Amino acid sequence: MFSNNRTGWLLLSPTILILFLVGLVPFFYVLYVGFFKWNPLAVDPSMQFEGFGYNYRQLIFDEVFLSSIWRSIRFAVVTLFFELSLGFLLALSLLSSFPLKSFFRGVHTLPLVIAPIVVGSIFKLFSVQGLGPLPHFLKDFFGYTLNYGLNADQAFWMIVIMDIWHWTPFVTLTLLAGLSALPQDPYESAKIDGANNFQIFIYITIPMMVPVLIVVIFIRLMDSLKIVDEVWMLTGGGPGYATRFTGIHIWKEVFEKRFYGFGSAMSILYLYITIVICWLLYSVMVSRGKSED
Amino acid sequence: MKIRKVIGKISTTILWTILTLITLFPIYWMVLVSTRTPVELFGKPDLSPTFFQKIHWKNFTKPFIDGIYSDYLFNSIIVATSNAALVTVLALMATYALSRFKLPGSESIFFWTMTNRMAPPAAFMLPLFLLFSTVFKFGDSTLFDTKIGLILLYCVFNLPFAIWLLKGIIDGIPKELDEAMIVDGANLFTVLWKLIIPLAAPGIAVTSLLSFLFAWNEYLLASTLTSVYARTIPTGLSEFVTTTGTNWGTMAAVALVSMIPALIFLFLVQRYIVAGLTFGAVKG
Repeated sequence: MFSNNRTGWLLLSPTILILFLVGLVPFFYVLYVGFFKWNPLAVDPSMQFEGFGYNYRQLIFDEVFLSSIWRSIRFAVVTLFFELSLGFLLALSLLSSFPLKSFFRGVHTLPLVIAPIVVGSIFKLFSVQGLGPLPHFLKDFFGYTLNYGLNADQAFWMIVIMDIWHWTPFVTLTLLAGLSALPQDPYESAKIDGANNFQIFIYITIPMMVPVLIVVIFIRLMDSLKIVDEVWMLTGGGPGYATRFTGIHIWKEVFEKRFYGFGSAMSILYLYITIVICWLLYSVMVSRGKSED
Repeated sequence: MKIRKVIGKISTTILWTILTLITLFPIYWMVLVSTRTPVELFGKPDLSPTFFQKIHWKNFTKPFIDGIYSDYLFNSIIVATSNAALVTVLALMATYALSRFKLPGSESIFFWTMTNRMAPPAAFMLPLFLLFSTVFKFGDSTLFDTKIGLILLYCVFNLPFAIWLLKGIIDGIPKELDEAMIVDGANLFTVLWKLIIPLAAPGIAVTSLLSFLFAWNEYLLASTLTSVYARTIPTGLSEFVTTTGTNWGTMAAVALVSMIPALIFLFLVQRYIVAGLTFGAVKG
């Protein structure tokens, strides 16, 4: 439409410049630092080059780092399972009409806009020993002692519960948007053929919802693998290594121990793993899109 | 058949009532904690609401009037507002370019901007810290611990989101309208100002509100890239973790105050949140 593309590039240039400076330059910089042995607090605080694989060779034998990745993946899968099942159920229930529906929906949206760090604070106040109502309640009614500051399993599951509280609404609302957009014809013909509700759900709703489900799974997995703020606020990664997810582990190694070179290598590997998972899901999405054409 | 329907309605309502209680109860408890003295919080939790006369205002005045938290609040407001404004303007320009010009490689540029959003911030903490504190220099001053640094940095996740959200809207405005204006002798600025901005106004408003919210809520990068002068309210909140013998009342008060924008925006953008969070892949 416009004869010269120069105007177009001019409009685009500030965006490209900023994303280049704060997105691409840091990426290449961390790639570069990852090849060096660099610890500013060591006897020799300068960058030393000891071969390209120096940090990476150490990294693949670093059990704490590898277990933090495994922990992050486990966390992502566990929360995804609960959020998806609960969210699907709630989305289906929102298709029917019942009293106060829009009020319930509005309250359900609330956790989505609260900052992760505030969610962490809310749960800390709610469940910390000696203050929160939750440990008191569990103690009085079930005789169950909740002290996630000491018990590793409780800490992990407390974070799972917090994540479900925070992000199930996202799954619900996204699936609801998908469900409301489904065509009605297949449902009508299935009803004429005498299918019951369960059959309709399994053979019609689920297959038609696959594209939306993949989007939800994709976004939730990416976000769960990134989790830092809430965990930092609630447990600080402890007790021990119980809730030390990859992001928190990198933070501790880099900003407490000042392992710059090693931390960079970790960041790159972390990024790589995230990209691989991202890419796998993306190719699933694309191949499905093609098979439907 | 009718009875089954009624039972279904009742059980759905009960389910949602329970859910709403689960959602609200921890927030309700936080509000209670923010109104109480440390002595009142000791021992068995008291779930009854606090009378207005009995509110322990010191929880609020101590951090925000006597303490440093008013500065944090001010920084947060400046950073989030400026970032939202910057992102909206840049995204509008970029989206218009991507939507109306046939630029070679524009699809790849679009995809590249999106990848910035997906990357885990924890992987970029260290390089950003090093770059901000040593490499990006203007004379003697660095970007480390400055509001400008944060404002620019938050473009990493807000620009891709804003471009994605606006692209759907601007693509929906017929090109013929632009062409008609240009034939009449209008320049690019006039087209944007008189045509695109008025037609895309609701979308632009949502984009800037959500950008504000994301910038306001960001914690990890703010905490690593600031130390004294540019600390935002989420970083201030996290300072309660490390101190021994946390003053729970004050912490709850700070958390409550930092939640206010979220509560305001919830009513304004509720309809668009799904589209915003899924990158428009699913329309809300």
